[in-house]
Amino acid sequence: MAATTTVPSAGPIAGSRSFLSRLREGDEIARLITFLFAISVVLVTLLLIFELWQGSALARHKFGLQFFLTRVWDPIAEQFGALPFIYGTFITATVSLVIAVPLGIGAAIFLAELAPVRLSDTLEFFIDLLAAVPSVIYGLLGVFIVVPLMRVYVQPGLKNTLGFLPLFTGPAYGVGFLTAGIVLAIMVIPYIISVSREVLMSVPRDQREAALSLGSTRWESTWKVVVPFARTGIMGSIFLALARALGETMAVTMVIGNTPTISASLLSPGYSIAAVIANEFTEATGNLHTEALIELGLVLFLLTFLLNGVARLLIVITAQRGGGTAHA
Amino acid sequence: MKRIAGIFLAALVVASMASAQALLINGAGATFPNPIYSKWFDEYHKKNGNIEINYQSVGSGAGIKQVTDGTVDFGASDGPMSDEQLKAFQEKHGFGILHFPTVLGAVVPTYNIPGVTAALNFTPDALAGIFLGKITKWNDPAIAGANKGVNLPAADIVVVHRSDGSGTTYVWTDYLSKVSDEWKTKVGKGASPNWPVGLGGKGSEGVTGQIKNAPNSIGYVELIYAVSNNIPYGTVKNSSGSFIKADLASVSEAAAAAAKTMPDDFRVSITNPAGAKAYPIATFTWLLIPEKFSDAAKRDSIKGFLNWMLADGQNYAEQLSYAKLPKEVVAKEKIALAKIQ
Repeated sequence: MAATTTVPSAGPIAGSRSFLSRLREGDEIARLITFLFAISVVLVTLLLIFELWQGSALARHKFGLQFFLTRVWDPIAEQFGALPFIYGTFITATVSLVIAVPLGIGAAIFLAELAPVRLSDTLEFFIDLLAAVPSVIYGLLGVFIVVPLMRVYVQPGLKNTLGFLPLFTGPAYGVGFLTAGIVLAIMVIPYIISVSREVLMSVPRDQREAALSLGSTRWESTWKVVVPFARTGIMGSIFLALARALGETMAVTMVIGNTPTISASLLSPGYSIAAVIANEFTEATGNLHTEALIELGLVLFLLTFLLNGVARLLIVITAQRGGGTAHA
Repeated sequence: MKRIAGIFLAALVVASMASAQALLINGAGATFPNPIYSKWFDEYHKKNGNIEINYQSVGSGAGIKQVTDGTVDFGASDGPMSDEQLKAFQEKHGFGILHFPTVLGAVVPTYNIPGVTAALNFTPDALAGIFLGKITKWNDPAIAGANKGVNLPAADIVVVHRSDGSGTTYVWTDYLSKVSDEWKTKVGKGASPNWPVGLGGKGSEGVTGQIKNAPNSIGYVELIYAVSNNIPYGTVKNSSGSFIKADLASVSEAAAAAAKTMPDDFRVSITNPAGAKAYPIATFTWLLIPEKFSDAAKRDSIKGFLNWMLADGQNYAEQLSYAKLPKEVVAKEKIALAKIQ
């Protein structure tokens, strides 16, 4: 429960000297084994970068930095540019977070602070269940429910009311950036709720009591004391959601329209990095096509890396501004 | 990637050695003939208990790649290997690779226009125009002219194509390249072309799902998929000027027309063939067999299977909605078997 304390060490064990020394030997073994486990994560990451780097040599040399700036993706003419896919990945992830963050955090606050414990626990069970649903199921949900709803109601509605914005122009196909973003939002909300709820619940009781004793209302104590206290952890949940949204393949490819276009309109069909790799890798003819797809994998890796870096930076900055009290 | 595939294969080999002494032959490639290949390999195993053929339907492109890398014993593809791919194989192994046609399939145009229940007739110009994005309304004279009496709406056409690289797309674009010079120069033929218009659906089910969802849409699927899922599809005008509905007979007709001019390496495209009753968007699908095997038992088993496939095996084709090989092609393939050493 204590979010402020550092990782608690194992309780002291009383015993004879020989027992202690034997345990000490065990400690060494355990240290070594767990160290190997920890280092294997780093090794896998390095191996991944190495393989992606090696595997895309041909494409990297042929296209250079142009790869990031070209809009054409033509496997027959062997012209490959990543821009539409980077754009699609970025836009769908952004749309999903714009929808999922307020909903997810709002729900987490309700569950952690305002709801009766029994209701909160029951709902948490369902939320954990949702987080475990395979993405192809969300894709089917998207194809059979979200896409028709978007085509018949939401997209024409947006065009009629907000059509003066370039965001909502063009024909209503049902599929596209907005639909992919919405399906992604449905997928990542459980992550945000689940993690944020845990973090909010682990805020020490005396923080709330102190706020209440100073005369603040329940909501003031929640919004001005508890939420800021848990800020770092909530951010963590958002970046977990972002990572999932960036890398999601199956559900996105089923609803995005799979067309490498760059359009300001959210109603337009698009494409994402993960989706094009999944779609074209098995039937890629010619080395250049395969290597261009592997280079896209490298780009996605870098994008994730970059955004994670920004996330860390944000956490450091907000922690400093908050006087270093918040450490989830 | 290769390393991972190698480890996986090694694990497979170890597992198989532990479980049985059967001779295991590994193949990989096209997904379109997978139903009949599974049936064949299963039936052949029942008849020859000591031979087990393991087929992974990973896609034509991956099949060509794996057989070239030597991670599988044979490959399979819906489109013939290109000259460069043949050269790459030759350079790597020091010997060539052979194409053996196994069965035939076709690709059909399917659509969803509210209020239209009749089977539509498509001219080559109409199909090329629609997929190039030049014909944008259903009541365009290029479509309406071939469908007198059908009340076509003035609605925008929504084009749907496969987003995953696919042999189906290869055949479709191969056909469009033959009937439209503009298609040939602007887009070309391939498993994942740069589509001028349209939405991409993943797999045949993705394409049909998209078509069902979007009114006034058109796409293409394999004949076998359309038949087994009761999806209505249109007729296509062939080179003799008749509108032909794809079925086993009209696909066999296309093969028969090609059989007379079959080249010795069997690498032939039979889209837009001659023949009054031939359906114009059909294709052979091929097994890709290396010319030399270091393991004599493996070589003999593969030859044995090919012999059986060309004789008894062909009888399983029609119940699974594939068209049989014409007799002339079977005879020619039996001669070609001697090239495997």
